[in-house]
Amino acid sequence: MALPQAKQTITQERLAGLSLPQGGKWASAARTDALARVQAAGLPSARDEYWKFTNPISLTSAEPDLAAVFDPQETPIFGDLDRLKIVFVDGVFDAEASDDLSLDGVEITRLSEAAQADIHWAKDLYGALESNGQVPVQRPLAALNTAFATDGVLIRATGKVSKPISLIYLHNSESSDAILHHCVKVEKGADVTVIESGPAAARFNKVMEVDIADGAAFHHVRAQGRDHERRAVTHTFARLGEESTFKSFTLTANGVMTRNECVIELTGDNAIAHVAGAAVGDGDFHHDDTVFITHDALNCESRQVFKKVLRNGATGVFQGKILVKEGAQKTDGYQISQSLLLDGDSQFLAKPELEIYADDVACSHGSTSGAIDEEALFYLQSRGVSKDDAQDLLVLAFLAEALEEIEDETIADDLLGRLQNWLARRRG
Amino acid sequence: MSVLDTTEVKEGVDQETVDAVREVGGKYKYGWETEIEMDYAPKGVNPDIVRLISEKNEEPEWMTEWRLQAFARWEKMTEPEWAMVDYPKIDYQDVYYYASPKSMAEKPKSLDDVDPKLLETYKKLGIPLKEQMILAGVEGAEDAPAEGRKVAVDAVFDSVSVGTTFQAELKKAGVIFCSISEAIREHPELVKKYLGSVVPVTDNYFATLNSAVFSDGSFVYVPPGVRCPMELSTYFRINAENTGQFERTLIIADKGSYVSYLEGCTAPMRDTNQLHAAVVELVALEDAEIKYSTVQNWYPGDENGVGGIYNFVTKRADCRGDRSKVMWTQVETGSAVTWKYPSCILRGNESQGEFYSIAIANNMQQADTGTKMVHLGKNTKSRIVSKGISAGKAQNTYRGLVSMHPKAQNGRNYTQCDSLLIGDKCGAHTVPYIEVKNNSSRVEHEATTSKVDDDQLFYCRQRGMDEEEAVALVVNGFCKDVLQALPMEFAMEAQQLVAISLEGSVG
Repeated sequence: MALPQAKQTITQERLAGLSLPQGGKWASAARTDALARVQAAGLPSARDEYWKFTNPISLTSAEPDLAAVFDPQETPIFGDLDRLKIVFVDGVFDAEASDDLSLDGVEITRLSEAAQADIHWAKDLYGALESNGQVPVQRPLAALNTAFATDGVLIRATGKVSKPISLIYLHNSESSDAILHHCVKVEKGADVTVIESGPAAARFNKVMEVDIADGAAFHHVRAQGRDHERRAVTHTFARLGEESTFKSFTLTANGVMTRNECVIELTGDNAIAHVAGAAVGDGDFHHDDTVFITHDALNCESRQVFKKVLRNGATGVFQGKILVKEGAQKTDGYQISQSLLLDGDSQFLAKPELEIYADDVACSHGSTSGAIDEEALFYLQSRGVSKDDAQDLLVLAFLAEALEEIEDETIADDLLGRLQNWLARRRG
Repeated sequence: MSVLDTTEVKEGVDQETVDAVREVGGKYKYGWETEIEMDYAPKGVNPDIVRLISEKNEEPEWMTEWRLQAFARWEKMTEPEWAMVDYPKIDYQDVYYYASPKSMAEKPKSLDDVDPKLLETYKKLGIPLKEQMILAGVEGAEDAPAEGRKVAVDAVFDSVSVGTTFQAELKKAGVIFCSISEAIREHPELVKKYLGSVVPVTDNYFATLNSAVFSDGSFVYVPPGVRCPMELSTYFRINAENTGQFERTLIIADKGSYVSYLEGCTAPMRDTNQLHAAVVELVALEDAEIKYSTVQNWYPGDENGVGGIYNFVTKRADCRGDRSKVMWTQVETGSAVTWKYPSCILRGNESQGEFYSIAIANNMQQADTGTKMVHLGKNTKSRIVSKGISAGKAQNTYRGLVSMHPKAQNGRNYTQCDSLLIGDKCGAHTVPYIEVKNNSSRVEHEATTSKVDDDQLFYCRQRGMDEEEAVALVVNGFCKDVLQALPMEFAMEAQQLVAISLEGSVG
């Protein structure tokens, strides 16, 4: 079917400024296919049902909107953590700031190098999960990423990796338009943690494809940077084998536009997938979590926990779906999305969906929205806690269920500190 | 034998529930056909047919014009595809848009003049129109109060209303209850003011089509301060083959009034699909209350999905006045495809909307149903309780919207959707939209049975019930309240449905 005229225009304008990067056989093939997907689907517009609550215009425009570079003047996040640092500045790898890429139990290559070779293990992964993830809902911004990304890392974990791999995204130019594409292959029984932090660019389009083999585990923690004017659209595609584990947590504490999509497919029996997020924002903050989990195996567990604290006109969006395919019996699916609106201007828009074709499953979803409980506030004040402290306490208590999804205590403490700072800055 | 009889049921599902569903999903009781001579308009739809329908109903010029404008609009629209239902493309030109029993060519003056064959039809359906209007001798009536309960009925047969009972008695109370065609002739000022004011002509594909070709339906006006002395009811019967039924219902409850309205529907068993596209508009002014209950039992098609009614219905209530209240209750068991979202626009301050639904889909049935609660006024409240049950190869979807506008301060919504799957070939889906644009409102969407109102649960438990009993009582209590208000004809069926347990349910 021909695309509507408006969509064609957006797509053509965006593609006009881009050209397919040169590369080896496998990369060229993947990029050409991805470009065809973009052209067939067209880029999203505000009229698309899947973008009902978030206007994608600033993510699809030919040029990014300018975003001032912000220096938070605080200790960089995860600074105390023993980690392997890989630094990107405005979406370009910075060899000097990065650590040496060799580490026991893992093989790390830059996409820009691997893409020049004619043969690479990433051939079977790069663009594959993204392409799978185009059905039943099209995600053309992810296909655009696959077609035009020149940088990113390809991580292949073969054993238990001793320290987290830390991807640090620095923002240096107020007009930068970064595209990064990462692939993570976690081999049988391997275990790896990837952490991401930083604002990355004025506009950031990132895709991460994660293939988790039988019995393997992948942990992911992300803190999206504080530069308020930045815009980001990110996609995480994951495929889980038998008895494998996927756990992801995201903290977003600023950003005028963030759309985080997570597409997970549970293909092996007894697999576990948890996705969680905490977002705090004010003013023109717009934050969208879109999650699509497909259960296609026996006895799998999935859990989605998303909490948002909004004030001063901020908008929070949650679109979550659990799809249980025919035969995916004994599925345990849980989904909760909650928002705390600190004042009357903020809004929360949610679409928590279930689509179930198996009869022996337990799936539940809940979604709530409301203000701070006045009675709880009064209770704390009557015990001598100041009103500000009491309010902060209640906000943190509200976010706790999401924060509990982080397993590593050092990381959890660091993120909690950031949240406390955010609250402190909002006082007075 | 129905698919359900051979389906293995998983552990934990209450046997009573399964039996109840089997009973409902079993043989269709109303599948017979009345042999009666009919007058048809030519097949298909075009401005001439629209004019013809208008002429048959002896409508004034403004009404004809209204219809023609709707038709012109409809021609430019496309059929919606977003619902999770799948059916072959409908050929809108292969349907009769008007079919009326020949004996109705001259309008009968009273029920005594109505063709006995028609009266017989309704009697067979359990809806006695003549003298026996007091419910004696109806199956299951033993529980009815000794003096009997009165229900005024408007009976719609294919495209026309064949008669309305108790009109005189209602008139004494000031209540107008008649067919919509009569209202257009007799009460044009009310119809002009309210028709299309809740569901605009341009609302959606099926509503626009209905606006152009609706042939009959019911009209109710309850004057200020009047509590309607009896239940009002419309019974829709599709009889003729290849005929679409397009009825239009308009209910206006003026300030401080109260009315309870019931709707029932059945159709013969046929192996072709038939189209039913109705529009129902409710207007509640200050302090008024409307209860609208539906037992939808259109022919669902056989176990292979052959035949059945396509039920594409637009129902909406406008709680226009402060403190007004509308309650929708629906028991959806029939139709091959259902596309229906009875909604409430909570415009008045402190107005309330409630939606209770039990949707049962069996064999190859597909149901996409739910509600919209649009909170515009301050201190508005809404409550949604929806239970979907799928069996055989059926698909059952709850689709709903709860919207709190920025000015809807202190709005409150509670939504609960439960689904139950019986067998592993069917599907249950939930598609709720939640839009909260102020922070003094509380919106809760729950799908777990333990999250019923804690205070009520506590109250029940305090009196010695175990948790499960308490939950069942609280959730079913809402439905039961309303279901008990249904006339006895529906009571048997409804009570079976209420027996459905929450065990083994999923979001």
